[in-house]
Amino acid sequence: MYYAVSIAILIVMIVALTRALLGPTIYDRILAINTFGTKTVLLIAVLGLLAGRFDYIDIALVYALINFISIVAVLRFFEYGTQNEGEQES
Amino acid sequence: MLAVTALSVVFLRDLFTTVMLFGIYSLLSAGFFVTMDAVDVALTEASVGAGVTTMLMLGTLALTGRKEKAHRKPTSMLPLAVVTVTGLVLIYGTLDMPFLGDPDAPVHQHVAPRYIEQSYEEIGMPNIVTSVLASYRGFDTLGEVVVIFTAGLGVLTLLGLSGDSPHRARPVAMGHHLVLRVIARALIPLILLYALYIQFHGDYGPGGGFQAGVIFGAAIILYTLLFGLTKAERVITPVFLRYMMAAGVLIYGGTGVLSLLLGGEFLNYNVLAHDPLHGQHYGIIAVEFGVGVTVTAVIISIFFNFTGRGSQPQEEKQ
Amino acid sequence: MAELLDILSWILLLGGGFLGITGAVGLFRFPDFFTRLHAASVTDTLCAGMIVLGLMLQATDAMMVIKLLLILLILTYTSPTAAHALAKSALHGGLRPQLEPESPAGAEDRPEGESPSQP
Repeated sequence: MYYAVSIAILIVMIVALTRALLGPTIYDRILAINTFGTKTVLLIAVLGLLAGRFDYIDIALVYALINFISIVAVLRFFEYGTQNEGEQES
Repeated sequence: MLAVTALSVVFLRDLFTTVMLFGIYSLLSAGFFVTMDAVDVALTEASVGAGVTTMLMLGTLALTGRKEKAHRKPTSMLPLAVVTVTGLVLIYGTLDMPFLGDPDAPVHQHVAPRYIEQSYEEIGMPNIVTSVLASYRGFDTLGEVVVIFTAGLGVLTLLGLSGDSPHRARPVAMGHHLVLRVIARALIPLILLYALYIQFHGDYGPGGGFQAGVIFGAAIILYTLLFGLTKAERVITPVFLRYMMAAGVLIYGGTGVLSLLLGGEFLNYNVLAHDPLHGQHYGIIAVEFGVGVTVTAVIISIFFNFTGRGSQPQEEKQ
Repeated sequence: MAELLDILSWILLLGGGFLGITGAVGLFRFPDFFTRLHAASVTDTLCAGMIVLGLMLQATDAMMVIKLLLILLILTYTSPTAAHALAKSALHGGLRPQLEPESPAGAEDRPEGESPSQP
């Protein structure tokens, strides 16, 4: 059934979350968030087919776009953010 | 997973990671809403919580630095005690309320059936959420739009209007990220088109003004990130954004006043056309459009303000 | 015909799930950021692609197939780009990434500049 696929995706999400918490460098965490986002897209699409409703695919589509934009934003701010660290006092 | 994320947000010191974990938290909430079959809420949560909020917080982080100030161990347990007692009292209070989804609850016996049964005859739109949001509870939504407008006004007042001082350092484009720019150039028109689709398809599926505004704003944010604030401000000038913010609220209120002038009450869409069903359709399309315009303008101007403020030591020739 | 579609979509869905779990194991156990990036890209592109293809074969409505196709296109378009951006950022960011000292080979696997390989 679809449950097997959903469980597989959930397992991947949990592993990605662990990597996000553990990851020694910041890039590991960004990578984990990216994977988490893509898996959420898949999970919503699979759940949509399970429930028989067409609308969930719209959400999956929106989230795929938002995920990409977030990663670009994160990378850009990280590039500029680390240069401000030395000058600012937290 | 939600609890783990929330706990780790509190305990981690690195602010950057906390922002990322907030994104995951929003995603998980959106997943919850999906499993509870609340599609519009899930759409809004996914687009706002995981997208725009993360970007705005990152913009703030770029200005403040990444490490949280180390604080001593809390010396008094009083705040913790107060919170626990309040939480317990609240839980005790909710024990009296009917369970979630209980068919005997008054909400489900009087309010919800009326909306569900009569919404199609009175408004003629399959999406009940939109009909409740824009027509039955139109005043609430007017309040929401005004709140968003006020938030935009507040940010502009506190941080200064962008475009007024040309001496500030402006972030420059990621000129060396050629692959990203090519891909984004192809993607941005599609995202804008999709935002339009969600705006007007809100009557039949999930969507509506709020989500469409957020997605539209996200597309412009992508453009700003990759091509630089200067170019983005030439595409959508800050002056135009200010007019847009006000125009959205004006459209919404204007629809209400129009129905006043045509003989009905404020925001009663029945009088807008030759028969009530069409009047409702026109009214809902107009107010959703107003909402979308205001949300877009506020998100973009807040973002322009945040990114225009940091000092960028690396300058590149464009 | 319907059974053939069913069987095909089952193969695709389960294959995609298996690849996803493989990628997750890789994400967890690989020693270095760049190797983990490679494992995560496997889940993002191949696993996602197979699952979406499997779902497309199960869809009941033409609109659903078109939207799923759009999701597939967007994922194929953006996941490799995101992985490229991550790797590039990790190499050329303002802060040098903390590569493991015992696997400096991770840095040599990345191409030096993107211009020769651009289409």
